[in-house]
Amino acid sequence: MTASQENPVRSDPVLALSAAAVEYRRHGQRVRALDGVDLTLSRGEIIGLVGESGCGKSTLARAAVGLVPLAGGTVTFEGQPVAPLGLRRRPGRLRGLQMVFQDPYESLNPRRKVGDLIADGVVLGGGSRADGRARAAELLARVGLPATAADGYPHEYSGGQRQRIAIARTLAAGPSCLIADEPISALDASAQAQVANLLTVLVREEGIGLLLVSHDLSVVRQVADRVAVMYLGRIVEIGDTATVWSNPVHPYTEALVAAIPRADGAGVLPADLPGDVPDPASPPSGCRFHPRCPVARDDCAVTEQQLVTVSGRQVACHVRAPLPGGPAPAAHGGSAAPGAASLCGLSTRTSSTCCPARCCPPAPSRPPPTAPSPRSPPPRRPACPTSWSPTSRAAGCCPG
Amino acid sequence: MSALLEVENLTVALPTRAGYRNAVDDLSLTVGLGEVVGIAGESGSGKTMTALSLFGLLPNGARVTGSARLDGTDLLALRGRRLRDVRGRQVAMVSQDPSASLHPILTIGTQLTEHMRHHLGVSKSEAATRAAALLDTVRIPDPEQALGAYPGQFSGGMRQRIAIAVALAAEPRLLVADEPTTALDVTVQAGILRLLDRLCRERDLSVIVITHDLGVMSALARRVYVMYAGRLAEAGDTSRLLTRPRHPYTRGLLDALPHPEAGQAALVPIGGTPPSLGAVPGGCPFHPRCAYAEASCQETRPAAVQASGETGPHLLACPPDPLRELS
Repeated sequence: MTASQENPVRSDPVLALSAAAVEYRRHGQRVRALDGVDLTLSRGEIIGLVGESGCGKSTLARAAVGLVPLAGGTVTFEGQPVAPLGLRRRPGRLRGLQMVFQDPYESLNPRRKVGDLIADGVVLGGGSRADGRARAAELLARVGLPATAADGYPHEYSGGQRQRIAIARTLAAGPSCLIADEPISALDASAQAQVANLLTVLVREEGIGLLLVSHDLSVVRQVADRVAVMYLGRIVEIGDTATVWSNPVHPYTEALVAAIPRADGAGVLPADLPGDVPDPASPPSGCRFHPRCPVARDDCAVTEQQLVTVSGRQVACHVRAPLPGGPAPAAHGGSAAPGAASLCGLSTRTSSTCCPARCCPPAPSRPPPTAPSPRSPPPRRPACPTSWSPTSRAAGCCPG
Repeated sequence: MSALLEVENLTVALPTRAGYRNAVDDLSLTVGLGEVVGIAGESGSGKTMTALSLFGLLPNGARVTGSARLDGTDLLALRGRRLRDVRGRQVAMVSQDPSASLHPILTIGTQLTEHMRHHLGVSKSEAATRAAALLDTVRIPDPEQALGAYPGQFSGGMRQRIAIAVALAAEPRLLVADEPTTALDVTVQAGILRLLDRLCRERDLSVIVITHDLGVMSALARRVYVMYAGRLAEAGDTSRLLTRPRHPYTRGLLDALPHPEAGQAALVPIGGTPPSLGAVPGGCPFHPRCAYAEASCQETRPAAVQASGETGPHLLACPPDPLRELS
């Protein structure tokens, strides 16, 4: 079962980014936060956009709705270019392109009633205030809140309820495309599930395209049809969620998946990816991930990476997904599993010499996941092995 | 394992418009030497108030009863100078937001050495050496230079590492980490979790980690206390609690998580919202949201008692115990 089979309306594009680039100015220096991104979102489709902070996820989301001007490329909504937001009124044809912001405590005007906030969308579309109020009641019911909520102020509601109010407000404009920038990050665990489910239901039932920006991979995995992994302004891997998740090809995707702590009670520490996202003002040459990459080769610092289709997804890594006609790929998978060992900083050591079970969780997704048994009692993690000592730390063991 | 911290019958009452209400209600917990203990629950469950009470940092007007003995010294009874001697020296805290816990216009070196010199009485140069070593421990590149830098010059993950270094500067025995990784990326979170785990093993540091993220809990904590509306719902060994939860609330928290194994099934949220401080329902506070609630749940407030059929220590505040058969 793949996501694309579940989602028959995949071929009806609503939002398209083509070679989109965004530049900011900082201390007179040009910082390219988004560097040539291609992405197509269809009606009824959810694309999850993931990556570390500073990788350009939010910039992409803001560029998609026209909140920041483009330095290159195009963004089109239903075939029409998305003009950057200026002082003038936003053209009515863009009303179907709406955004849900991260923090529902800041995105709702605290001095206006919930019903008025929602009715604005209807009034802007040419409806009367009375229409707006009637529609607000419907929409509140749609997002699972009582119609009486229209008479309250935002501060009377919890984070999860506020985020639902914010979603109802975007629905008032009758959107065909929603951009949600970390819509559930600020919420409690159970409220996260409620809002994620609500977004999924809306997308499926109303045929809205949803671009879901999140640093929480596990939520994206649960709701998105396709997932796009960004690193330093570029998409490094994009494909069906199940495919990318179960067998990530790009070493960065692999590291992200391995870093998720699992609530299975096994006491396994997640794998560390050393280092930070580099400053986009001076990105590394060649492949931008190469300084942190466990499988980097010498030529990675020189060669620009291009997205190549390999095993059902697009990947920008010429080590693991070489260009057609290029050199043979490095060992990906199998017993060598170079990435798995070096993800915890052990590139020159075998995992068996270092902190068994603690340092080296099961190699990320390799071998491909077998039937899991999440409810079987896993062995409690062993105490730190006797072989561990400060000297072994100095020798590069247990990097922490 | 001998207990370092023993909290008994801790009750924190906060003033509300309707009078005093218990934000923490009759909580008992122990933390062993070198042990990582977790406190889990949604926001408003009293996790943070429990932590703040250990530092005498509760909001004005809060009333505290019960005791929290650290090696025999009751932290709740300390005042003035004696409290200052313990705070930072014996117990230290790492908060969720490193940009709020670090002073923006003091250098990292100043923030690392000030209480180190006060508590340990070391010289300025000795403090600087120790501070550089600490930064190295938390894996800040080029520690000597970092001492002269300001918090704004570091990324969020590095700031949280620095905040941990500040907390550890006076060599405390108990570290309270309140949502230490919630604001961070998963990759950075993984680094912080490994760091905390290493510190526990290297220094016999005891840690209370407060988080609603059960994945973090699973990676770090040996035992978990699950709180709901200020009361203990369930407590026990992490692997036992996460694989065979006995309290419907723990079960609900687990079901609300996306599971890699679950495929694309919809998430199962807990219905309703956690009660606000002024409106905690009578009886079992969880009964309005509980799928297994019985009539008796509305009347008697359950106390946490040893769960039947568990071999190890496992506290459960749910007399009907509907999940017993499943476990």
